[in-house]
Amino acid sequence: MSILVEKDSRVLVQGITGREGMVRTRLMKDYGTNVVAGVTPGKGGTDVYDVPVYDSVEEAWEKEGPLDISVIFVPAALVKDAALEAIDAGVMLLVIVPDRVPIYDVLEISHLAKEKGASFVGPNTLGLLSPGKAVLGMIGGRAERAREWFRPGKVGVSSRSGGMTSAISYYLTEIGLGQSTIIHVGGDAVVGLSHPEVMELFEKDEQTEIVVLFGEIGTTQEERVADLIEQGGFTKPLIAFIGGKAAKSGTRFSHAGAIVEGSRGSYENKVKRLKEVGAHVVDLVSDIPKVAKKICKGEIQ
Amino acid sequence: MAQLFEFQGKKLLKEEGIRIPEGEVASSPEEAFRIAQRIGKPVALKIQVWVTGRAGMDGIQFAENPEDAKEKASRMLGMNIQAFVVDTLLVEEKLDIRSEYFVGLFVNDAQKAPLLVFSSVGGTGIEEIAKVHPEKIAQIPVDVARGLRDYEARNLLRKAGISGRLLLQLSETLVRLYRTARKYDARSAEINPLVLTEDDLVYAADCHLVVDDYAVFRHPELGIEVAREFDRPPTPLEKIAYRVEEKDYRGTFYFLQMTEEIPKKEKYIGFNGAGGGGSMMSMDAVLDKGFKLANYCDTSGNPAASKVYRAAKIILSQPHIKGYFASGSGVASQEQYHSARGLVKAFYEENLDIPGVIRLGGNFEEKAIQILATYLKDIPAEVEGYGRDDSPEFCAERMEVLINRNNSVPHEVRPIRDPVVPAEAYAFETFTGKISIDHSKCPDCRTKGCVEACKAEILKLDRGRPVLAISENEAKKGKCTECLACEIFCKFHEQDAIIIHLPIPGLKDYREKILKRM
Repeated sequence: MSILVEKDSRVLVQGITGREGMVRTRLMKDYGTNVVAGVTPGKGGTDVYDVPVYDSVEEAWEKEGPLDISVIFVPAALVKDAALEAIDAGVMLLVIVPDRVPIYDVLEISHLAKEKGASFVGPNTLGLLSPGKAVLGMIGGRAERAREWFRPGKVGVSSRSGGMTSAISYYLTEIGLGQSTIIHVGGDAVVGLSHPEVMELFEKDEQTEIVVLFGEIGTTQEERVADLIEQGGFTKPLIAFIGGKAAKSGTRFSHAGAIVEGSRGSYENKVKRLKEVGAHVVDLVSDIPKVAKKICKGEIQ
Repeated sequence: MAQLFEFQGKKLLKEEGIRIPEGEVASSPEEAFRIAQRIGKPVALKIQVWVTGRAGMDGIQFAENPEDAKEKASRMLGMNIQAFVVDTLLVEEKLDIRSEYFVGLFVNDAQKAPLLVFSSVGGTGIEEIAKVHPEKIAQIPVDVARGLRDYEARNLLRKAGISGRLLLQLSETLVRLYRTARKYDARSAEINPLVLTEDDLVYAADCHLVVDDYAVFRHPELGIEVAREFDRPPTPLEKIAYRVEEKDYRGTFYFLQMTEEIPKKEKYIGFNGAGGGGSMMSMDAVLDKGFKLANYCDTSGNPAASKVYRAAKIILSQPHIKGYFASGSGVASQEQYHSARGLVKAFYEENLDIPGVIRLGGNFEEKAIQILATYLKDIPAEVEGYGRDDSPEFCAERMEVLINRNNSVPHEVRPIRDPVVPAEAYAFETFTGKISIDHSKCPDCRTKGCVEACKAEILKLDRGRPVLAISENEAKKGKCTECLACEIFCKFHEQDAIIIHLPIPGLKDYREKILKRM
């Protein structure tokens, strides 16, 4: 098993006829993702790499049958409408690739998703990939590269940086450790599935035995992962790296934020909390594969 | 995050019906005099800068009469506060305050909702007050689909110990504050202090609104010049960079200066990262080697070669940097030869005088590294290209070696010269520039390699000369991806007949000013 996507998951691409939509549809299809339909309002009746294009998600659903996942490549200002349309039509997982999506739009998407029991990855995400099964979004760029860089295995990777999702996974592959699912949770302040939610999914996934987390300063995601571990909600070995040690903490713009969050969000606090709950916090990204290897050999837990 | 000044924020609160003190902005002592005269009461003078704790730095003063206001304004205007020189004061009626409260809203990542926080004690030092008196603080998440309801605001206030008529007055203000925040896509909206005056009226005595950068396009009326997370006004070079980003949606280009004054002797480098995480990791590596960063820059998300070119030209507008360091995650999904070509064009034009270490790991990195090696042989500086199997730490070491070998020579900024294009050259516009081809040189070309180099297939041969294979309009709308391959091929392998002009508005003047100053 992997998390979120399987080989037979039925995938829709919204914005399939745009610059990014077309190129990434090719990547997904070449890699083996089961892309069954595309949507671009006004372009219904055409096709992109043999994927039929419809005017709406509802129409795609009627003509092609149930859709499990939608990968969205529309311009940022149109993301909200596309996402709400997909959730309303019954799609249970969205991957929202574009960046610069207004934050209140994300909150509205999140609100409807909660109501309907759906979830979403992103925005501002490269997507996710389960080696040998499927890629959603644009991880790897080209199918042949994605096959070379990522191999099936037992390590789950969750990262707030797109580039580092690929980099960490590639360095694991190089030392012979494959991955169950690698996921870029998105680079924005508010994202759909954040680190703690991904940890819960990895916890339930039998294929995943070790998890690597690439965190960054800002937001409370890493602290919430620590809380989750403390509460027993995540029990697998965790290797974590927090980026942004050198970045100056910056002026706090919000007193309200400071009152509610306290020191959460800072580099020091994230490292401290993760260490307290027994995660392996490394100083260098290049230490990640070394520690993973040691865990595999049973030298550490 | 695009911050608004107090006077701008207050104007928006007023539109939504929140009471604010009567006042206006002044940029001269005489104006302050006139405003105070018109108000006809004692006034408060407040510097308009993005810092907290203004009172403690004499940034808020009171004047009894217009004469007094003029005199105090003359001392406050021109004050240096952190990175600001005070050029604007808010002159407003002085309130007769009975009590102070705090209300603030921010978007909370854990709850994925705006969180409204109220404190029944407000004013200076609110964060410390909150620590000592948690019982005076209450908070609720707001449902974005239906907004903040009156009773929710009342319940929030009740939990913070407010009751009676005041509960009604304040709840109204809270609902209006939320409406303002929502209307203007504010990631953070605060009133501190929110005050009750001796005559029983509620006023917003201060206001701090931070608009979501990504939603600034919806609010042209706010006149936000640079929608970026700054805690100071943007520098002239940052403004130039922002114009580039604003006009080109292909990929990300973020540019931030750490300093505008780089001493000749210090180990500053120009930094060109790619992707947030990879950039941070790379920054850590160079900082660990004792370097300082002149700037932070991110070119990622599959940017056009022309965009990376502009980024490099902007980075190289910083005098005295000792090296150019580019590094991202190491395993980028984007095709790295675009970045390589952008850097080649910029470095070649600049006749680069400082060493570069360029880590371009990812898709087609071999080709990218080869492009750097092939075309940068003849410039004075040494430039080395690296890939995914070379760590940022190793690359930082190489940077140090190359800078030492270059005797730590500081970078000299050069004037920008517009390319000279023959009047009769064949030319067409692209998305952000112009391509001209001097057809008179084409008869000597044996390979016609420009057509082959064009992966977008927009060029064709017409009687042995390259011309557009698509309409001019299509080329301008983006069919020409500005990959720079035709120009580089023609320049290095053939007749040097192709010129791609990619203007950067404002940069020429900026460099001239810098050169004059030195």
